[in-house]
Amino acid sequence: MTVGIVLVSHSMAVARATAELAHALAGPDVAVIAAGGTDDGRMGTSIDVVSQAVSEADGGSGVVVLMDMGSSVLTAKTLLAEFDDDDAAPVVRLADAPFVEGAVAAAVLASTGADLDAVVDSAEQGRAMRKL
Amino acid sequence: MILDTATAVAWIRRAYELVRADEARLTRLDTAIGDGDHGANLTRGLAAAEIALDEKQPDSAGQALITAGRSLISKTGGASGPLYGNGFRQAGKELREEGDVAAVADALEAMLRGIEELGGALHGDKTMVDALAPAVAAFQTSASATLDLHAAGQAAVAAAEAGLAATVPMQARKGRASYLGERSIGHEDPGAASTVLILRALAEVTAP
Repeated sequence: MTVGIVLVSHSMAVARATAELAHALAGPDVAVIAAGGTDDGRMGTSIDVVSQAVSEADGGSGVVVLMDMGSSVLTAKTLLAEFDDDDAAPVVRLADAPFVEGAVAAAVLASTGADLDAVVDSAEQGRAMRKL
Repeated sequence: MILDTATAVAWIRRAYELVRADEARLTRLDTAIGDGDHGANLTRGLAAAEIALDEKQPDSAGQALITAGRSLISKTGGASGPLYGNGFRQAGKELREEGDVAAVADALEAMLRGIEELGGALHGDKTMVDALAPAVAAFQTSASATLDLHAAGQAAVAAAEAGLAATVPMQARKGRASYLGERSIGHEDPGAASTVLILRALAEVTAP
């Protein structure tokens, strides 16, 4: 099973469209799950939405989470702290990466069957990748 | 006076009332430099905390604060949710059953640490930490001198208000306001403003 990817954005539309883009470039076999907006459909983030997305993305090889900014990062960090206290929780890593570029890079590498560390590295390399 | 279960629940309820009553002001502050949702978000989070306290009927002061923290994390929607939520949870874990003024000082210290660790804000970044950090220090000083929960709470409120005023000339280095650069100067930080309300709620419910 490939590494799963969760995309946390304040906007459900941004999370979904980024997942769609990642799937278009990485193929349909990688689990890229959008976790955008609050649990009642507003702009913002929800730990319950993110937690559910992580469960959905987890195929046993771990999950990398990418966040846009602000409360997305704080919510993901809070969830990770809760998982630390729970032995049955999935293995989750947060990627310090640009949202769209990181999601695509992570999805493409995950599609090759790479492990969690490699997928996180791939996403984080997006920070240094120049465009011009 | 000790912070027992009933007083802890009353603290959260009073915080909800104060934030709801000041929702428009918090929103106005957040519209100036943030995304304009702090008042509505925190009102929603504290409303959820009140419902959770009604449903769960916590049997200790610590459990009451942990329950409220969990609701704030789940239902607030903005950055203040995980920050205050984590703060209340850390305070609840520290407080456990109930606490005298010294134990509440430790709980507030744990709240501050939880918020600092999660958000990574330093003093002077124009955040809630700029109100909470001096407030916790003032609470501790007053706690040692007066051994009185209400007096320490009032000292914390006064220090938080001074901390809030001190955020006006600061340039934001966290959150949406940080994107504004120098334009964030000249406004009170909304997170520091809501911290004043939360501490005022504590001072009020511990009045003799």
